[in-house]
Order: sequence, then structure tokens, then C-alpha cells
Amino acid sequence: MSMRGRLATVLGLFLVAVGLIVWSVASFLNPGVPGGVIDFTHAQPAGQAVNLTAQVVGSIGTGNHPTWVSYLAKDPTTGKWVHDTTWKLPANTVVHMTVYQFDSGSPLRNQEWGQVQGTTGNTATLNGANFSVYNSNTGNGVGHTFAIPSLNLSVPMVGVNGSATLCGVAPCGLKWAHNTETFSFKTPGPGNYNWQCFVPCGLGYLFGNGGGMSTQNYMGGFLEVVS
Amino acid sequence: MIWVIISVAADLLFWFWVGPHVPPGTMTSTAKSNQFDFTFLVLMALPVMIGVWVYLGYAIVTWSAKREGVPEPVGGPEARGNRKAQVAWITITSVVVLFLAGFGTVAVINDHGSGGGEGPNPIWNPAGASKAEAAALTSSSSWSPNSNQVLPVQVIAQQWKFTYRYPTFGGFESSELILPAGTTIAFNVTSLDVIHSFWAYQISVKADANPQQNNVAYTDTKGTGNFTVRCSELCGLWHGAMYNYGKVVSQSAFVNWAQTTESANAANTANLPPFAWTYVPDANGAAGGYYIDGNVTPYSPSEIYGAKQPAS
Amino acid sequence: MTISAERPTDVTAAAMVPPTSKVVLPWTQRPGWMSQHLGTAVVLAVLGYALGHWFGNAISSNYAYIANSGQNSIADALGLAVGVLGWLVGIGALNYPLAKIVGKEARHESTVEGWSKYFRYSLDHKVVGLQYVVGVLLFLFTGGLLAMAIRTELLNPTTHVFSPDTYIKIVSEHGTIMMMMATSIIVGPLGNYLVPLMIGARRMAFPRIEAFSFWIFVAGYGVIFSALPYGGFPTGWTGYAPLQTQAGPGMVSYLLGFAVIGMGMMAAGFNIAVTIINCRAPGMTWSRVPIFVWSILATAALLTLATPVLFAGGLFGLLDKTAQTAFYVTEHGGSSYLWQNLFWFFGHPEVYIMALPGFGIVGELLPVFTRKPLFAYKVAAAGMIGVALLSFFVWQHHLFQSGINPDMRPLFMLTTELISIPTGFIFLVGMGTLYKAKIRFEVPMLFCMAVFFNFLIGGVTGVFLSDVPVNVTVHGGFFVLSHFHYTIMGGLLFAFMAGLYYWLPKMTGKMMNRKIGMIHFWTMFVFFNLTFFPMFIIGLLGQPRRVFTYAKNLQGLNDFSSIAAFCLGISFLIFFANLMWSMFISPEKAPPNPWESLGLEWQTASPIPSYNFERIPVILTDPYHYSEVGAPALADFGAGGDDSRAVTTGSDSAQ
Repeated sequence: MSMRGRLATVLGLFLVAVGLIVWSVASFLNPGVPGGVIDFTHAQPAGQAVNLTAQVVGSIGTGNHPTWVSYLAKDPTTGKWVHDTTWKLPANTVVHMTVYQFDSGSPLRNQEWGQVQGTTGNTATLNGANFSVYNSNTGNGVGHTFAIPSLNLSVPMVGVNGSATLCGVAPCGLKWAHNTETFSFKTPGPGNYNWQCFVPCGLGYLFGNGGGMSTQNYMGGFLEVVS
Repeated sequence: MIWVIISVAADLLFWFWVGPHVPPGTMTSTAKSNQFDFTFLVLMALPVMIGVWVYLGYAIVTWSAKREGVPEPVGGPEARGNRKAQVAWITITSVVVLFLAGFGTVAVINDHGSGGGEGPNPIWNPAGASKAEAAALTSSSSWSPNSNQVLPVQVIAQQWKFTYRYPTFGGFESSELILPAGTTIAFNVTSLDVIHSFWAYQISVKADANPQQNNVAYTDTKGTGNFTVRCSELCGLWHGAMYNYGKVVSQSAFVNWAQTTESANAANTANLPPFAWTYVPDANGAAGGYYIDGNVTPYSPSEIYGAKQPAS
Repeated sequence: MTISAERPTDVTAAAMVPPTSKVVLPWTQRPGWMSQHLGTAVVLAVLGYALGHWFGNAISSNYAYIANSGQNSIADALGLAVGVLGWLVGIGALNYPLAKIVGKEARHESTVEGWSKYFRYSLDHKVVGLQYVVGVLLFLFTGGLLAMAIRTELLNPTTHVFSPDTYIKIVSEHGTIMMMMATSIIVGPLGNYLVPLMIGARRMAFPRIEAFSFWIFVAGYGVIFSALPYGGFPTGWTGYAPLQTQAGPGMVSYLLGFAVIGMGMMAAGFNIAVTIINCRAPGMTWSRVPIFVWSILATAALLTLATPVLFAGGLFGLLDKTAQTAFYVTEHGGSSYLWQNLFWFFGHPEVYIMALPGFGIVGELLPVFTRKPLFAYKVAAAGMIGVALLSFFVWQHHLFQSGINPDMRPLFMLTTELISIPTGFIFLVGMGTLYKAKIRFEVPMLFCMAVFFNFLIGGVTGVFLSDVPVNVTVHGGFFVLSHFHYTIMGGLLFAFMAGLYYWLPKMTGKMMNRKIGMIHFWTMFVFFNLTFFPMFIIGLLGQPRRVFTYAKNLQGLNDFSSIAAFCLGISFLIFFANLMWSMFISPEKAPPNPWESLGLEWQTASPIPSYNFERIPVILTDPYHYSEVGAPALADFGAGGDDSRAVTTGSDSAQ
């Protein structure tokens, strides 16, 4: 083969290799890129409080990992439940958060998370009644928490009775057994703040912190606070 | 001789210009001593490095084949070795290295372990540390300002946040790390799940958090200031986000904060397990998980969080 | 085992000479598609994987933890294991052992000539060496791409290109692939190719083990790469338990990957050590052994002795993950410290496995380009043995802050400081060789000088890390990261490039293009330093390792480092372009001894025949008699030997 021919062959193979690599990297990254963002900044006039509704289910029932626990949030514009955990919020604004908890509970690994912290008045409501500390060793225990570590915010999500039939496929409707909790907090200045659950609820993983606890879009995500 | 001049100049430059800014700063005794150690090592390293670089530079320039008039090299036994040079090199490097090892050992001993985690049985303790540690397990332990008491603070690492328990204030747990100035602090670091590492940067304390293990590190705070705590052992998804900020405040402000928080958290503290140096979490997680056998036999005489907690 | 000085007549060696009589080859050894080669290996690997995976699912999908998590590590582990087995069967690694077990005669191994021999289970160490070059570059470029991804993510502390879980998987994969590659980067290609030639042997002591070590190296790539589609593993290359027990199936790829590569490492180390000890040509006493061979011998000892610990430790981890044992889980009776200690007991000799061959190459190349004998040869060799020995006694310096027995810390600080003494010998040797030399700055020599520059920084920062008080600040952050990049990449990788540019003319008969080589060198050297030097500062200012977000005020330094890293990536592309250009597109024929070296490997015909030497030479002296009036000849190549091959002195001072 002539020199030009060899050059062409090498370049050609190189481009094919690059193409293959780009394709495999892109397909590998696709579920990993924090693509889905639910935008809460435009659902109300600037400065007014944001209403954020979320639910947490014991098993999502669909997708790659149907047995994993997960949070979902309701898109304010479409009203549909979306399986994305990156939420765009306006800065320095009050957020009224409502969480529907569809999972059973158990005693907390660290009972510190039984205390409501970082919310307005350091309280939250559980099915309408105010509370500031929940003893996870009693009742149905705590199923999950919603916590924003960098803001020192943490709210326990009380569990439902474990013997009731639990909703197994998200999004769950309100006819299934659930607890409703509300609380408010104020977003800080612009930035990226991660949030997570502090109950080791990853079924089948050592210390319960694998699986959905360790994967974006299930039990943790970001608050993208924009000005 | 260029080497001597450059080395001395570099050393002086470093000592005076960079020296005061060498991390991690001077906020605590360990920080100061670690800063000094680092500076000292740099002062020793700079002449060595400059020496090698100057020599290499000279070699590259003077003995290059491209240069005019470079004499032919001479082979044979003289070029294969020079007893004096070899002996000198080996002796000097050995002396320097042994000196540094000794220097490091002295520094570690003098500074109660230099802020590094010493495991559950530390051997370089500040005065009063073992007493304070023993007392912490009793419900009557306390700490008051201006008493030269060691303040034990427990650092609980979990995926993915550090929380802190203060045994001398009723064992309340807090997400904030506030410390009194001018005090010897004993950090007792443990983990509830995987290995983390408690790194308080400006305080210059680093101790790995292992499950069911207590890792003790000491420091003496001096003045007030802010510091950053970062996890420095990869522990999973949010390892990069596992940080918090802490403060060293005056002793009175500290007592104020501690007592206020103690009463504010009293309801929750009653639900926490009794204070212990380690905790045995249920490895099965909250919802039943990895090991088939849900009955975990504790290997430490401490209380268990999770499913085994007796209902109150 | 004796190696005759005459043309070989024993069975295996005869197989290397094209058969003159009609020998009926078994179907597995015939040239062409219908035989055993890379293709059959791939096919059987895939089939094996499917079989293992199916079997794993069949036996375990109803286990509680597997049903709960939805991920079956047992199926994945069995799939990979049977897949590797299939790969070995497919390439023909098991033919000989199985035949012998059953009691049959040993069949003639492949004697296929031509380019297809590179895709087969070849018993010619030279073919294995060139196969390794491709294998090692495959690892290197994959790891390099992952590194580019890491630096992209670290451009901004708040804007995230990857989600945090993807990011730590990329970090872990990058580290693991690079470490696996770096273990074999010199021992594999250059060690296998050159050691028999340098000691005057026809072959390695165990050619089949040598070929096995290569093919299982490639299988290891497949296994560790499979971590990505499995969802990656989150522990970094150090794999700390119990995070590894918590992780998903990707962790299995890591644990099995190390087991698989470990087998190759042990095999290669054992083979090379035996070869060097037993197969030296007559007259090659220990004081005449080239310094490169000394370094490979020390490395081989470490490979053989340290790797079993990793293998066992990895196996425990695999059992913890799949069979729910509790070696590393504290509350069921194990200890999280166990993995740390087992891993680092291997891990520290491992980094010297990476450093020593680099020293060997530098020691081998300096005399050629300075036209002077190696200064303090005995000190150099002793230094390498000293490093190898001491490397087993320092591993706890990775665990200073872990809560180990505090009594141990001064001890390990002492041993770690002590190991810097023999490590420093290479500088004594280098500086002495450069003294009053006449340096020719060819591309390989430039890379050697870069090794000195880089390793000086790397080595000195190692002393910082070994000091326990300073360790409190610098452990677990970017300082230690930069330290090991300086020593492994700055030392080993630059030495590999030096070795490649130097020996490729002999291995392939084609010169590497000098101009592109110069561009490659300068871009790589400059951008390497610009990338990693700021990382010392970043680490000192408090940024831990493996984090996806960091303090805002460190963004400037991180960006500087990232941009330099992208340029470093481009310099690797330049290298690849040079390789393609010089080897395929526009090759320039190389003279038999372009660098005018006195080494024994250069005194062979070009191209080197499969049996290496017409007659086994009788060695008369060491290969460092440069610029020496009246120096003895290197070796006696036998009556009627071709004298034009026997170079006696540096040709500058022509006799």
C-alpha cells in the first residue's frame, strides 16, 4: 500500500475508534448526566414563596432498578410526577415543601435525624399536627428523611404501618397508605446544594447505603438555586 | 558555589516570604507545629533539589555533544566509580534521612500525636486526657472554662455527614462543631458505616473514622477563628459534599452555646443511645438488607442503634 | 536445563525454525482463520460469560439481598470468571496443560509466521513483547480518556458535567486501569522482549507462562472495563472496605480484575526471575549483567512475592460481596482494617514494581548517550535490591491516620525514610555518569533527563508524606495525588517513552521520527509539570481527593491544572501520531545499531531471528566499556562469527 493509502487507513481507523469511544461514553453517561431538572422558578411571580411537592416510595417499580427506593417531585407547570431529583429554585425565597411518604419505617440508625432542624421554627407538620422531634423507636418508625446537609436542614419522614399494603409502583396516588408532611425553609444565595436521605434505605446493600442511596436521581439530588 | 548561594537565598526566601502562610496555619498547637515541620522539611529539601538541578543544568550545558570544544569522555575504571563520591553520597543521604526520621518522631511525641488519629489507645496524651476520657462515659462529667480540663468531643461519621456529640454537656448531638479557644480538645472519631476521615483543616487534625472503632486525636486550640471540616476518605456518592464549617469561639461563648443547645435538644437527646465511644449499627439497614441474620451480636460493650434499640 | 551453544535442536526451539519436513499440524495451530487466535478467544469468552452469568442467575436470584437490590453480583462474578476461562481456552493457553494431564504427547505449538502470529498464543518472547506494547497502550489510552473526563468535571466546583456517582466511578476506573497498566508497562513489553537478548538466551525459561501472562493481561482489561457497563465501582483504586462490600456489581469487576491481572503478574514475575537466574549465557556473571536486567530481576521478585497478598485479599472481598462472609465487616467479626493492611502490603511493593524498571531503563540508556560507562554500577544494582527488600517494610505509611497502633508510626516513618536512601542511588549513578561526558540529546536521552527532573520532585515529596506530622495535612488530598503522579507518571511513563523510542528500532526495524519525537517530548514534559505541580498547592490548601466539588477559591488553580491536562492529552495524541507515522504510514528503516550501543541486544542481526543468536555468545565483560582505550570485546560470538556485529568501543573514539 502506498504511503497515502496507509495514511488514509490509519486516519480512517482512528476516526472509527473515536466514534466508537464517543458513542460508548455518551451511552454510558446518559443515565449519569444530571439531565433532568425540574424548574420551580417560573411557577410563581418573583419573590413569592415556592410550593414544592414531592413523594418518596418504597420501590419505584419501573426503569432499570424497579426495587429501589426513590423520591419523585411534581413538576409545577405540568402537574405530573417526574423522576428527577435536581430541582431549580430561586434564591433567597421561602419554599413550602410537602412530602407524601409511602414507605414503612424503622428505628433510625442515628436518632439525631429524628429531630426537625433547619426549617422555619424548627418544626414540621405530620398529617396536620406540628412536631419537632420524632422518636423513631416508637410507632411506625421513620421511613426516610429529607436533608440538605450544607444548610443543616433535616426532616424525618415518618413511616406508615408496615402491615398495610404498600404502594409498589411510582408515582403513587394518595389512595395508598401514606403520611403527609409539610415544612418551610428559605433558599440561600445562588449555588448548588446537594440533598439526600439519611435513613439507610437501600434494600439489599450493606449498611443500607448502596443502590438508590448511592445513585443520582433516586434518594439524593441537587437544589440548583439561581438568582 | 552557585549552589550554595541559590540554596541559601531560596531557603531565606521561603522562610520569610512563604513561611507564615504555609498551611495549615497557626490556629492550634498542632497546626503551628505541623506548619513548622512542613517549613523545616522544605528548607531541607530545597538545597537538595537545587543542588541536583544546578548540577543537571550545568551538565546539560557544559557537556553537550553539540557544544564546541567538548573533550572526549574518558572511560575505564576511573569513570566507573569514585569511592570518595560514593561514600560521601551514601553517608550524607543516610545522615539526612535518619535525622529527618528522628525529627519527625520527636515532633509527633512532643505534640501529642500531631493531630493524627492514634487509635483507641493513644500513647501520646496531653495531661488530663485519660481522666477526661474515662469521665466522659459517666453521666456526671462536665467541663468548665479556665479549668485546664481536656474537652472530649465525639465525631460521628456517617454517610454523608459528620455529627458531633459532647459528652460533657449531657451527650447532645449536633451538626455544628463549635470549640472553645485555649483548650485541649480530644477528638474521638468513629463511624456508623464505612470508613470516612475527619479532617479539620485549619485545626490540623486528621483521623480516619472506622466502624466500631474509636480513633483519638488531640489538639490545643489557641485563638478564635473559623475552620473547615472535610471528609478525606472516599466514602461513596456524596463524599465530595461531606464537609461542614466549624468555629473556635471564646470559652464563655462556647459554654453558652453548649448549654443552650443542650436544653433545646433535650427531647431528642433522650432518644439517643447512651453515650459510648463506638456504636454498633444494624448492618441490615433500616429496611432489611444485606445479611440474612437480622440479629447482630455486638462485639463492643456499647449500645446498638437501630432495630435492637429497646422501645422507650 | 542447558542451552547449547550451537544451533538448537531441542523440540521447542526447533518449533521456532520453519519446519523443513511436512509436519501435520493440529487444526488449532494451522495458519488462517480456522485455528486458535484472538478471534476464537473472543468468541469463547463471550460464550463463557453467557454461561457463567446464566448459571449465577440460576443458583442465586432468589437470595434475599439479591432479590431486594435487584442486582446479582454472583451472576456477574461467575460470568466474568467463566468468560476469562473461555478466553484462555480460546487462545490455546490450556492446550498444553490439558494434553499433558490426559497423558498425550506435547503438540507442536504454533509456528505461524507473518503478521497473524501477533494474534496468537506465541512462544517467541519477542512476539509477546510487541503484543504487550499494544496491550499496554490500550490500557494507557483508556485510562487517559478517563483522566480527561476527570479534569473536565473539576473545571468548576458548582457546574457538574457528570453526576457525582458517575464521577467517582470515572475516578475509580481511571485509577484502577492506570495502576494495572503501570504494573506491566515496562516489564511486559520491554522486559519480555529484551531480557533474553540481554542475557544471551534464546528464550525465556517458561515461554508458555510468558504467553499466558500476556493473554491474561488482556483478559484483565476486559474484566476491569466491564465495570463501566456494570455501573462502575465507587471506591477508588484502593477499594477500601466496607464501602466495597456496599457497592454494586461493578465492584466485582474490580476484585476479579485484580485477581486476573494478579495471576498474570505472578506468572510473569516468576518466569522472568527464573530466566534471569538460570538462563544467562556462559560468562555472564552477576557483575556483567546489564543494569536493566537487575531492575527487572528486583521487580520480578516483588511481583512474585507481593501479588499473592492482593489476590487473597481480593478473594476475601469477593466472598464478602457474593457469599456474605464478613472478612471486612466489623460487626460480624471482621475488620475494616484487614483490607487496608492486605491491600497496602501489596500496594507498596506495587509502586516499586513501577519505579524500579524506570530506573533500569535510565541506567541502561545513560551510558549510550553520554559515551561513558555507568558510574557506580554496583551501587545501582545494590540500590535496586535494597529498594525491593525495604519495600515490604513500609506499607503502614499509607495508614498513619487510620487509627493503627500509634507505636508503629515512628517505626514506619523510619523505614519509609530509609527507603529513600537506595532510591536516591539512581541520582548518584546518573549524576556520576553525566560527569565530563559528551551528551547526545536524542529523544530517548531527553526522556531520561525528564525522569530525573520529575522523580526528584516526586521522591522529595514522598519524604514529606513520610513525616507523620506533615502527613496530617497532606494525606488524602491532592498533595499525595500529585506525589504519586510525579513518581509513577513522571518517572515510569517517561522512562517507558525513553525505552520505546530507544528500542523500537531494534524491535521493529523502523526508527521513530525524530522531529515529531521532539515535539512529543517537549509538550509532554512541559504540560505534565504544569498539570501536576499546582496540585501540590491545591492539596496543601485543603482539597481532598476524589471530590466532585471544592472550595471556590481553588477554582483558578484547578482550571489551570485542567487546561494543562488537556494539552497533556494532546501530547499523547502526538505520540500516537508519531507511532503510527513511524511504524505504518511512512516508516524509515533503522540501521542495526542506530544509537551505537554496546549492549548485547544490539549485537544481533536485524531483524532478530526467532532463535535470537546464531550461537550463544560467551560473555567476556559488561556492556559499559564506552570511551575506553583497549577495552575488551563484549562477547565471543563463536568461531566464524560476524565481527561487524561486535562493537568494542564507542565509535566516537574510533580505534
